[in-house]
Formats: sequence, structure tokens, C-alpha cells
Amino acid sequence: MEAEPALWLALGLGLFMAWGIGANDVANAMGTSVGSRALRVGQAILVAAVFEFLGASLFGGNVTQTIRKGILDIEIASANPTTMVWGMLASLAGAGTWLALASRFGWPVSTTHSIVGAIVGFGAVALGADAVEWGKLAPIVTSWVVSPALSGTLAFFVFILIQRTILDHEAPAAQLRRYGPLYVLAVVVVIGLLTLFRGLKSVDFELSVAASLLLVGLLGVAVAGVAAYFIRRVPLDPSADRAFHFATVERMFAVLQIASACAVAFAHGSNDVANAIGPLAAILSILGTGALEAQAPVPAWILALGGVGIVVGLSTLGYRVMATVGERITELTPSRGYAAEFATAVTIVLASRFGIPVSTTHTLVGAVLGVGLARGIGALDYRVVGRIVASWVVTIPAGAVLSIFFYYFFKGLLTSIGGS
Amino acid sequence: MSILDLFARSPFRPMQEHMHVVLDCVHEVRPLFEALCAGDPREVARRHQRIDELEGTADKLKNDLRAHLPKRLLLPVDRRDLLEVLDLQDSIADVAQDISGLLVQREMPVPKSMERGLLELVAAVERACEQGGAVIDTLDELVEIGFRGREAEHVERMIDELGSLEGKTDALGAELVQELFRLEESLPPVTVVFWYELIQWIGDLADGAEKVGNRIRLLIAR
Repeated sequence: MEAEPALWLALGLGLFMAWGIGANDVANAMGTSVGSRALRVGQAILVAAVFEFLGASLFGGNVTQTIRKGILDIEIASANPTTMVWGMLASLAGAGTWLALASRFGWPVSTTHSIVGAIVGFGAVALGADAVEWGKLAPIVTSWVVSPALSGTLAFFVFILIQRTILDHEAPAAQLRRYGPLYVLAVVVVIGLLTLFRGLKSVDFELSVAASLLLVGLLGVAVAGVAAYFIRRVPLDPSADRAFHFATVERMFAVLQIASACAVAFAHGSNDVANAIGPLAAILSILGTGALEAQAPVPAWILALGGVGIVVGLSTLGYRVMATVGERITELTPSRGYAAEFATAVTIVLASRFGIPVSTTHTLVGAVLGVGLARGIGALDYRVVGRIVASWVVTIPAGAVLSIFFYYFFKGLLTSIGGS
Repeated sequence: MSILDLFARSPFRPMQEHMHVVLDCVHEVRPLFEALCAGDPREVARRHQRIDELEGTADKLKNDLRAHLPKRLLLPVDRRDLLEVLDLQDSIADVAQDISGLLVQREMPVPKSMERGLLELVAAVERACEQGGAVIDTLDELVEIGFRGREAEHVERMIDELGSLEGKTDALGAELVQELFRLEESLPPVTVVFWYELIQWIGDLADGAEKVGNRIRLLIAR
């Protein structure tokens, strides 16, 4: 088989997919920060660019491995390298088409669900139902229910903690000056430890437990120190506080929410880059060695490429999407934003660590509902939850059907190019 | 569609806006009775018209708010309790409208000996309604702290205070009725009946405010 056209197609489609993730998904990941006015649109783009890239290139390897070789039986896949190349190309094209359609009509679909549906779809048709690792698929699908539930529970308790330690207090602003930096420290330490203890395999970066603790601790204290400085710089505004007692406190919370927004961007990068780069990694390893190796790590440059794709997406189209989000008035305040984003980031990084592809949007929706159930939000619309669940269900078969269609399309196309 | 579509319009600020309009209505009642005591029917008519307009605005806000409170919302409080509070708020404006309407439609000269008591009652009623407004003004803070803790206790104390303010209006109303009955022989019987009714209505303003407070208490305690 001719490697060249397939390689360029794979690179093109992978980048296109990463671009799409950056353009659309990021608005949801960062929307809560912009919606609560913790970050301006430009700042959100900058934060997203830096942390999405870091998450994708440093920690995106685990989920990429799952997409690359965890869904289909590696033996059957390796025995049919050509089919695998066509199929993975078809998955990218199918999932990408579905996402483009969904964005066009404003359906809240998940990139993760569409790519997994696409791989399962072509795998079952082209390689046979036995080729699909149904056993490994079960925990992935289960995680799509568990991840919103987990982040919802976490957000519920983070919000209760905020209530107890800061809001329900004689002088909440003074209380936040004292404990706010600890909330920032918590973000850095929890996300840092979850990341480092797995080892940053893709970049050959392995630390001992003691060194990890030390590194995370120092980084956390440094970031918390910076946060403490910015929290103190928020002026007390007695006239605003008379109208709404928590006006100053919420302005201080915006500082904490910047930390949680960084964490969400990092988490999103670490999990969602795989949706674009996983199929690409599979194609590259087949074209390079003729087989889908089980052991080879994902090359760092592919992850970085995915990171670049996401950053390009968010800085081109994402800007516009985010600007629309920024113009909306929401009842989301920074204290709620912090609780929801912290819970979301922890849940997703945990999933990334175990190589489980989850949907960032769904996890965030779960977290917001968690805060709502703690009586913390003015009004949440269950209908939107319903629409998200519905598109959750539709996206998997849609991704599957489209990837089957593209499989036969690429099979025909590449056979005619390669065979001539 | 983005994650922010999840956030529906919060009903709490609009509830506060509605209560502010209701209070504007109530604030017209004292000048209304002052004009009545001064024997100035044109001023009475002017105040009535103002109350009419404000009541209309309150109605519009109420209907708008109801339309934005479908059952599919996740609220931090019971939806029915919230609608109940809204209706109670609105009934205060309705009563103010009934009062000013009667004063325009029927000539109701104020017996000299009732003037002071009447204005005292109206002032006390106004005070109770303002306290009710202050309770409603804490709704956004209650949402912020999740309807519990210190702020919730503080609001409960405000509601206790509202209760005692309403008690004062009851006492003043009873005094005024006694004075009315002392004058019973010297007034046309129908006028006595209407005055009795009118004093009840004035008291109903404060009653409404107290009921608003008590509903908020239930809302907090969910």
C-alpha cells in the first residue's frame, strides 16, 4: 500500500479534528470563566492556549493510547493494517463531519462520544463484531455516566466547603483573604499529584514520589502566593457590598476561578487531544512499522501537534464562539464557577490518568448541577440537560454510521490511488 | 448551544423588582390619605391614578415572572413557595388599589377625631411593608449563601421584626375602629360601614407583608 496519501490525509484530518475541538469544545470548557466575568475573552483564550497545550502534550498520552489501540482488538487490527488505516481515517472524517453538523445546528454533542462511536462503527463492520473490545468499551461507556455524577458530587461538596469556610461568616471578605490561597493551593496540588504520580510517560519524565511531592508542593505554594497577592489587591467596595453583601467576595473569588479555569483547560487538553490524535497515532504506527504495536508510546510530537491544532482552533474560531458566551448574562458567579470547574478538572484528570476518554462538557454539566442541588444557583434548566443526554445517545450511532460510510469511501479512494 | 444555556433566568432579582414596585404603590398610600384629610379630591385622584399605574406594572412583572418559571427548572427553593410569595407580594398592590379606588369613587371625608389615628395607622402599615421589602431584598444574598447559615438566621430575625411591626398596625387599627364606633351615632350608617371596611383594608397591607415574610421563612427552612 502507498503510505504517502494516507499519511497526509491522516495528518490533515487529525489537525482538522484538533482545530474543531479547539474551536467548539473550548468555549464550553472556558465558558464558565467568561460567563462569570472571572476572565475576559482574550484572557480566557490565552489561558486556554497555554494550558490546553500543556495538558495535551504532557498528559495526553494515556487517552491517546486508548483511542489508538484500546477499543479494537490489537491482534485482529494488526492482522489487517490496511483496513485499520482506512478505518481510522474514516473515524476522523466521520466524527469530524458529525461535529461540524452538530455545531451548525447547535446540538451539544461530545467529541469523545463521536470518535468512540466512529471507531466502534467501522471496526464492527470492517473487522467484524469480534474485533471490538466490548469488555474494554464497558468501562468507557460507564464512565460517561460516572464522570458527570462524580464531578457533580465533588462540586456539591466543594460548594458546601466554600459556604462553611467563607460565605457563612461575619466577614466573608476577610475570611477569603485568609483561606483563598489554600483553595488555589488545592487546585495545583490535586491536579499536580494526579498528573505526576502516573508519570509523564510521553515525555520520558519520571519522578520519585518524594520529588513529585516536593515539586508539586513548591509549585502550589508559589501559585498560592501569587493568588494571595491578587486577592489582597481586590479593593473593598462598601457601596457595592451594601447593595449585595457578597460583591467584594465574588470579585476575590474571580482570582480563585482563574486557577480552576487553568485546571479545566489542562484537563480538557489532556483528555480531548486524543480524539483528534488517537486515530492519527494508530495510522502513523501502522504506516511506520506495518503493525499496531501494543507497547510503543505515543510520540511526543504527535501530542504537541494535537496541542497546536487545538490552540489554532481556539484562537481562530474559538474567539468568536467565546465572545458570544461573554456577552451573555448568567447567574453564574465566580464562587460557583470555582466549585464547578475544580470538580470538573479533578474528574477529567482522573479519567485521563486511567486513559478513559470522557466528555468535558458532560462532566461540567454534572458539576454545575451539583452546585445547583446544593441550593447555590438561581435557576438551572433541566431541558438543556435533557437535550445534552439526548445528543449523548444519538452521537454514538451517528459517529458509527458516518465512519462506516467514510470507510468505504476511503477504501475506494485509496485503492484506486495505490493500485494504479 | 453552550453550557451556559443551562443557566436559566434566575427568578430572585425579578422578585425583588416586583416587590420594589409594590412598595412604590404602598408609598402612595400615605400622601393619598394626607390629601384626603386636607380635603383635596384632585390630589386624591392623582394618587389613585399613580397607584393604578404601579399596580399595572406589578401585574405585568408578575405575569412575566410566572411565564419564566416553568416546572423544568432546578431552583434552590420550592417553586410553589416562590409563586406563593409572588402572589402575596402582588396582593399588597391590589389592596392599595382597592383603597385608593374607594376613596375616588365614594366621598369619604375624614372625621376630625380620626385624622391622627388614621395617619398613624397608615405610617405603621408603611413601615411594616418596608420591612417586608427589606426581607425580599435579602433574596439575592440568600441565594449566594445557599439559604442557610448566618445570613438565613439574620433574615429570620428580620421576619420576627416584621411580625411585631404588623402587631403594631393591628393595635392601631383596633384603636381607630373604636374611635369610629364612638362616632357611630353622628355618622351616616353606610359611611360607618365603609370606614370600618377601609380600616380593615389598610391593615390588610401590613398583613400581606407579614404573610410574605412567613412564606420566606418556609422557603429558607426547606
